[in-house]
Amino acid sequence: MNISVAIDSVPQDALPSASEAGPAPKRVVVAFGFWIFLLSDIVMFAALFASYAVLVHATAGGPTGAQLFNQKTVAIETACLLASSYTCGLMSLAINSRRYFRTYLAALITFALGAAFLTLEIREFANMIAIGATPERSAFLSAFFTLVGCHGLHVTLGLIWLTVMMVQVAVMGLDATVQRRLLCFALFWHALDIVWVGVFTVVYLMGVSL
Amino acid sequence: MTEARYDRAPGDRPTREMQASAPSPLFVYTTGLFLAVLLTATSFWAANTSLLWTGGVALGLAVLAIAQMGVHLVFFLHITTGPESTNNVLALAFGVLIVFVVVAGTMWIMVDMNQNMMMPSPAPMSTQMQR
Repeated sequence: MNISVAIDSVPQDALPSASEAGPAPKRVVVAFGFWIFLLSDIVMFAALFASYAVLVHATAGGPTGAQLFNQKTVAIETACLLASSYTCGLMSLAINSRRYFRTYLAALITFALGAAFLTLEIREFANMIAIGATPERSAFLSAFFTLVGCHGLHVTLGLIWLTVMMVQVAVMGLDATVQRRLLCFALFWHALDIVWVGVFTVVYLMGVSL
Repeated sequence: MTEARYDRAPGDRPTREMQASAPSPLFVYTTGLFLAVLLTATSFWAANTSLLWTGGVALGLAVLAIAQMGVHLVFFLHITTGPESTNNVLALAFGVLIVFVVVAGTMWIMVDMNQNMMMPSPAPMSTQMQR
């Protein structure tokens, strides 16, 4: 039987499934690989959460969470991070429709909100250290500074990454490579917000009310 | 046959070709923000109110946090149940399994060890056993 006839007889609307379609586009492969990295990062955070939950009562006579945490600061930090996650989503939309001004504007707001979050967190840490609640005071405080500090470190890296990406947009334009990197950045930033949901619930809210 | 049904990159929204009735992307993000704000506000209220039975607050906060993580996954990271998203969902499910094993396993073992620990006695050994 003639092959071209056989191909023509295949119904046109039956698309091949993913496994039959050959190699996936690079955007899908890269984003999936970064997704795997993010999940492993979340597993690392799970270990830090577990050690915090084990050590939360080991205050060694030092200050407890209820004495140290200020819920108002935490509420503002949460609002900053949530709003920056939203503007990061708006940035993704601007990138997909190739609008440069909107991309820069959304990136600027995302950066400002992330920086505000970081400033509040560093000030909170400084206040705690000033009254003697340092990481070496008790196992509870060691676990607290490790967990919350690790999240803060991720936010810092995210802000540096965002700055680098905006320079790349300015120099290279929104080509496929830059768009892939921006997609990975958006995944990273949204994942940080998911980790923060765990932090403010487990550390701050449960630490203050219970 | 130029088109093919590839997997979707995590974080990408379903395109109009994949799903003709896809809502506007701005609406999706705004809905997510609205729900997240609602859940966060409820969490802060539940932690501070005296209206609720205090024994149930921790469980309620955990439920609200997990619900908010779900909202973030669906509305911000665009994880769906569609066939082109299966690989992303499977990776996520494996991650959630490991997170559950690490957290629940650690707490189970450590609580058990604390309960089985000997009471502090005046013997010289006791200094090592105090937390």
